[in-house]
Amino acid sequence: MTIKGKAYIAGIYEHPTRHAPDKSTAQLHAEVAKGALEDAGLTSKDVDGYFCAGDAPGGLWPMVDYLGLKPRHVDSTETGGCSYIIHLGHAAEAIAAGKCSIALVTLAGKPRTGPMPPRAAGAEADFEAAYGATTHNAYGMCAMRHMHDYGTTSEQLAWIKVAASHHAQYNPHAMLKDVVTVEDVLNSPMISDPLHRMDCCVVTDGGGALIVTTPEIAKSLKKPLVRLIGHGEAMKGPRGGKDLDLTYSAGVWSGPRAFEEAGVRPSDIKYASIYDSFTITVLMQLEDIGFCEKGKGGKFVADGNLISGVGKLPFNTDGGGLCSNHPVNRGGMTKIIEAVRQLRGEAHPKVQVKNCDLAIAHGTGGLLGVRHAASTAILERV
Amino acid sequence: MTEAKKYPTPQGNPETQPFWDAAKQGKFMIKRCTACGEPHYFPRSICPFCFSDKTVWEESSGEGEIYTFSLMRKSATGPYAIGYVKLKEGPALQTNFVDCDMDKLKIGQKVKVVWKPTDGAPLPFFTPV
Repeated sequence: MTIKGKAYIAGIYEHPTRHAPDKSTAQLHAEVAKGALEDAGLTSKDVDGYFCAGDAPGGLWPMVDYLGLKPRHVDSTETGGCSYIIHLGHAAEAIAAGKCSIALVTLAGKPRTGPMPPRAAGAEADFEAAYGATTHNAYGMCAMRHMHDYGTTSEQLAWIKVAASHHAQYNPHAMLKDVVTVEDVLNSPMISDPLHRMDCCVVTDGGGALIVTTPEIAKSLKKPLVRLIGHGEAMKGPRGGKDLDLTYSAGVWSGPRAFEEAGVRPSDIKYASIYDSFTITVLMQLEDIGFCEKGKGGKFVADGNLISGVGKLPFNTDGGGLCSNHPVNRGGMTKIIEAVRQLRGEAHPKVQVKNCDLAIAHGTGGLLGVRHAASTAILERV
Repeated sequence: MTEAKKYPTPQGNPETQPFWDAAKQGKFMIKRCTACGEPHYFPRSICPFCFSDKTVWEESSGEGEIYTFSLMRKSATGPYAIGYVKLKEGPALQTNFVDCDMDKLKIGQKVKVVWKPTDGAPLPFFTPV
């Protein structure tokens, strides 16, 4: 049993806003749903599967009712920023099993307008809550150990932000459009050692949505055909504290699973969307999913290797979370959307990868240095 | 380094209460599985490695070394050093490094447990030896 080729992404929509104090969160979900359905050439009445995560106000019941949907299959898997990449895989499973035929996935929220509600505590709360783990320092701890074990440098990490900024200059919706240099990154204030401000992604209001459907329905629509051919998901945490190693992520499991299902290798990939909550996130993910050897990520990302038209692996050509958009502090959705744009040939001409027929969208969710999930999707233009 | 921060009071539960009772006596406890022999932290009744329910409390030396850390500067209550310690007995755990010059912390540095008060049981932190 495989989901290879059994589900197509027929609709995508990224909300152009980066700051939405005048809208409700549910409204943003509705706007991105409408956008993705219109992109696909479908209506809300066609939707028979709905997927949302922890950003959806009240979860499934209120959202399904608010949107006026009538799904026969629902899934509210919550794995932070990679929830939507997991939803894509789950939607493909449901479609392959005949549980639904047109699945809608939505993400939206307003962390720039106001603070986000705290995560619910787990069994570890008494033993960890006092120590103040946040996104910044949880990723800082990973970067610190990666530097210690492999000699990775702040300059190498900075190249990831530099590459993202080269792409963001062409995105009219990007929050940060200025091209930056390695020196700019190193000279930005230290936030949580060894991560500087420019090693961190933006905080934006907004959202995005996907329409996932059957091969037959996708072929009846007008958009270029993009299908899912491999998918993986995995989770990692301290697990009782045995053999703690923060230099790798759950991507070491989700990546190979996706590549195996797709029957392709990292060297076949023409374009990569890699979740960039921080520069270190990208570096570790590239190693973990197999674009380079563990510990060689620093060398791999340096000297513009991730810049479209310059390097060997064009990444995050919309400017990514580091420069363009990071709606609801969750980067998985926009990773899928830009990968689909590339495969459709709809990316900005300055960053469009030539003959882009195979792409990856990969992300993590949660805290890389504490507990997290990872998910990998391999997408093909038919 | 001022430590005027108010730390959250551990809530405890039937599974973990012995840890907090021991903490009040300055004892730092871990759990060990008598079926597979593996120690773990934070404490569970069922071993996370072999799923045996034959886990027993064991007093840790409270000594270990810094696995990693990050000096968090973006904080309303002042900078703090979060990190992981690898205990002599094996398990790694999340903590803060306190009562020290945070700019001089190093991976591999030897540290030991220190207790900080809350409104209930004290909480374990670590400081360089």
